Amino acid sequence: MPKITYVSYEGLKRTLEIKEGLTVMEGAIHNSVAGIDAECGGACACATCHVLVDQEWMAKVGPPSDMEKNMLQFASEVGPTSRLSCQIRVTQELDGLVVNTPKTQQSAL
Amino acid sequence: MSVVIIGGGHGGASAAFELRRSGYRLPITIVGDEPVLPYQRPPLSKAWLKGEASLESLTLRPASWYADNDVTLYLAARVQSIDRGGRQVRLSDGVAVPYEQLVIATGARARQLSIPGATLSNVLMLRTLADADRLKALIRPESRIAIIGGGYVGLETAASSRALGAQVVVVEREQRILARVACGKLSEFFSGVHQANGVRFELSAEVAEFIGETQVRGVRLSDGRVIECDIAIVGVGAIPNDELARACDLPCADGVVVDQHARTADPNIYAIGDVTRRPSQRYDRQIRLESVPNALEQAKQAAAAICGAPAPQAELPWFWSDQYDLKLQIAGMAFDCDEIVIRGDLSARSFSIFHLRGEQIEAVEAVNAPADFMVGRMLIARRTAIVREKLADATVPVRDVAA
Repeated sequence: MPKITYVSYEGLKRTLEIKEGLTVMEGAIHNSVAGIDAECGGACACATCHVLVDQEWMAKVGPPSDMEKNMLQFASEVGPTSRLSCQIRVTQELDGLVVNTPKTQQSAL
Repeated sequence: MSVVIIGGGHGGASAAFELRRSGYRLPITIVGDEPVLPYQRPPLSKAWLKGEASLESLTLRPASWYADNDVTLYLAARVQSIDRGGRQVRLSDGVAVPYEQLVIATGARARQLSIPGATLSNVLMLRTLADADRLKALIRPESRIAIIGGGYVGLETAASSRALGAQVVVVEREQRILARVACGKLSEFFSGVHQANGVRFELSAEVAEFIGETQVRGVRLSDGRVIECDIAIVGVGAIPNDELARACDLPCADGVVVDQHARTADPNIYAIGDVTRRPSQRYDRQIRLESVPNALEQAKQAAAAICGAPAPQAELPWFWSDQYDLKLQIAGMAFDCDEIVIRGDLSARSFSIFHLRGEQIEAVEAVNAPADFMVGRMLIARRTAIVREKLADATVPVRDVAA
């Protein structure tokens, strides 16, 4: 199973085996990873599963869709590698992926 | 002693998640009447029906989470009664489970149509995973489906059924679809979208009877016309499952009455989710909501109260619906509004309808317009006065519409 590493804003790392087909968000929620709220359960409707993808993984993860990009404007601590983790599906190709969770998922507004 | 949660839906399971996240250390028991691990319902009429979601992604947490966190699950189990004096619940198999605090998260059930033929086979509802699986197993590209009720469940099911190639007729009693939950403009827009995708509507139409011998083969309307179908889906609203609460004399009013901490009249009993009638701070009234965000908010309220933690910040009601390539996001509720302002272009399929009361936004319905939804939500919560002309002008950033 692909391994995904979640790094908290305090630098705490958790590396977990996540089944292919689940999303990076679901992997986090199923394993009680702190820092991801995912209020809408993965519908790209709430922007509370924001992560910053490790720079070197960005090419493989790919850019957000237009809808996702629009939602991301309202996440907090957004950066150039921001993604909504409910929109990243785990594949073998993403084995080793590192994502960073922000301090809060509450909107920056 | 421990917390017992009645109901293994999104709300009930989330109460357990939130209790553990808040540091609650005593045992937790969840009693749920479905035979499967707690799962999320919103995808049932969407991705699940279309075969685009796995059971694992529907399931909120894997079985190991419950075992690792000392949360006992009684699945396919029903609570018979609540004994408030003795602080225990009795299951239908006679087992008594004592509680220190009880959380009622029994949700709502699909309203049935009590008309002739309602028990024919292939007359279905869509509320549970079992319902969705029954429908999924029946739908073929050549199926003719009659959907009774033009609300969100009905319309999402219509969109998914079209994606699977089936023929769809939606029968709605009111003059327009989404009559109870959306404004006229939005109804009109979604009607057009569904029609463009091949859905037929029968509006102002009352269903008199399902016809067929053992299996449904048509829906007879009160004007006598018959809509032929192989599958009929009834989506005409939901009824709160508040019978257990009423039977033990907890105050109910179309839902279990709770306060802003999700507490019922009994200090040891909480209620959360679709089953509750709860206060809304923003709208200064009691409301009953059927939504995941509402269940999650109340799960947090109950967990905080049980753990003696500070109450979480009040949230604004919000909802979403996915149909075809459209994402509808709604924030707030349009009580006593006197005006609507449309921002964006309906024909471009990206716009928002703002409901105003005086200078304040009370609700926003945003179609493929997440910025309007996100900013609208904040403006509604803060009761920010806005300038109509700016709001109506999509070239003015939505962040800059405040007076």
